[in-house]
Amino acid sequence: MNDTESSTMARGAEVHAPALRIVNLHKHFGGIVAVQPFDLEVAAGEIVALVGDNGAGKSTLVKMISGLYQPSGGEIWLNGERASFRDASDARAQGVEVVYQDLALVDDQPVYMNMFLGRELVKGPLRLLDRKAMAQKTQDLVDTLDVRIPSAKAMIRDLSGGQRQGIAICRATHWASSLVLMDEPTAALGVAETAKVEALISRLRDRGAAVLLVSHNMDQVFRLADRVAVLRRGKQVGVRSLADTTHNELVAMITGLA
Amino acid sequence: MSTTLNTRTRGWVRSVGWSNYVVYIGFIITFLYFAITQTQYFLDPTNLTNIVIQAAPITVMAVGAVFVLSAGEIDLSIGSVVALTALAAAVTLQQTHQWWLGALVGLAVGALVGLVNGFFVTVVRLPSFLVTLATMGLVAGIGRQLTQLQSVPVTDTSFIYLFGGGRLLGLPILLWWTAATVFVGWVLLRRKRYGAHVLAVGNSPSASRVSGIRVNRIRMMVLVGSATTAALAGLLYAGRLQGARYTLGESDLMTVIAAVIVGGTSLFGGKGTVIGALVGSLLMSMINNGLILAGLNVSQQMIVRGIIILVAVSLSLRGKKNS
Repeated sequence: MNDTESSTMARGAEVHAPALRIVNLHKHFGGIVAVQPFDLEVAAGEIVALVGDNGAGKSTLVKMISGLYQPSGGEIWLNGERASFRDASDARAQGVEVVYQDLALVDDQPVYMNMFLGRELVKGPLRLLDRKAMAQKTQDLVDTLDVRIPSAKAMIRDLSGGQRQGIAICRATHWASSLVLMDEPTAALGVAETAKVEALISRLRDRGAAVLLVSHNMDQVFRLADRVAVLRRGKQVGVRSLADTTHNELVAMITGLA
Repeated sequence: MSTTLNTRTRGWVRSVGWSNYVVYIGFIITFLYFAITQTQYFLDPTNLTNIVIQAAPITVMAVGAVFVLSAGEIDLSIGSVVALTALAAAVTLQQTHQWWLGALVGLAVGALVGLVNGFFVTVVRLPSFLVTLATMGLVAGIGRQLTQLQSVPVTDTSFIYLFGGGRLLGLPILLWWTAATVFVGWVLLRRKRYGAHVLAVGNSPSASRVSGIRVNRIRMMVLVGSATTAALAGLLYAGRLQGARYTLGESDLMTVIAAVIVGGTSLFGGKGTVIGALVGSLLMSMINNGLILAGLNVSQQMIVRGIIILVAVSLSLRGKKNS
């Protein structure tokens, strides 16, 4: 792997500004307020969970950070620089990668083509696909992150749900220079596969990735996250360090019942 | 549970895996069958060359169709495009006596039909099945109207040489057209990002979209490509038959789809093979040739072709259901 690709994850020591900083970010649809002014920071090497009940505004917030919605106001900063996204492709180009729960992979293509989907490597004046290089880089990446698959040349169709999500996460990590956004990454997985994917997410943090994790699973939040931000009815109820909070406090914050 | 699902999926994949090779097996069996039963005529080098030459327009169209089907779309208008472009080229030749202008007008007419198809699929957002069903009739009507159902002879010797009876390095020119189209198609599908994106769009438009692939652009391009290959096929007909008529290409849609599906391209997108389509097209041509030698009439040939398509589509459908 060359320098530009291996250094895609911002290292906390080198970049002092947080990987993601959002200030006063809000969104309303006509007269309906979906998300009230919201502030949050995610540092490199940190997993921040975003929790809230259905309809609390989590997905609206996620869609603003991933470029799918235009905020009504507020600021997004990536690695200390002000950012705005025209659309989802623009957000990706600026280093925000999203892992979807419904596995945005192409079944009938090998792992390596999925890893480079939309950004395939080409060689020569005819710009022919460099399948060999893509397969090699993919193999290196899955080996490094310890995602167990038969081969980088295996078809996605032949992989288990956990293996597929592992590939999706590897891909996001590989391309994310600022932030990996995970929207319910284990919602479609069984217990054993969830454990593997969670272990992978932890390894990403250890390697210095900045992860914003949307999850319904309170136990998962406690297992993975360093801090947690709670949304209720579009309003930011609070941000807690997981070390300083309890399950009961979080549930109370989410539901509004003390 | 996911483990049993997984092993089951793998089992399915293995069981349908052979359908990718069915075209080669079918080709060899059919070849041997006719070689044994029709020995004196079938194995004649002229006859074998004829099989490839007869298949030329179908092969050319099949290459375009591989991309359309791989992208999860369909183009029903190709047969009509053949007739319209042949007629447009023939009329242009009659008026101008410039072979290149005739060819250019033919290809431009084809590309224009592709653009219209693409516009309704990507901008108006209609299924390509409906759009091309409509343009199939529309284009056929325009072709009939253009010459009031009259045939138009082609007399331009350069045009006939280039798109019909010519020879290059000792080989019929139609063979070169076939080889060139197949080669370009193979490179585009297997070796270029374009092909990877076509297959990705056919497999999962949503995954393609979030990966930054411009899905509608791919859809537009496969439809324009398909119509352009149909236009080239129209030129090849006009050159070989030295004339154009509104009935050209009438039954080609079925043959092309059959050749492509038998070749191993999925009718539902995500899987495509240009080489398979070539072999499928040669297989269709060989079956036609052998059936003629065996003394079957046109109706009987149609029946046999229909049965082959049924079998091919069944295999393709089984492959898709498992996902």
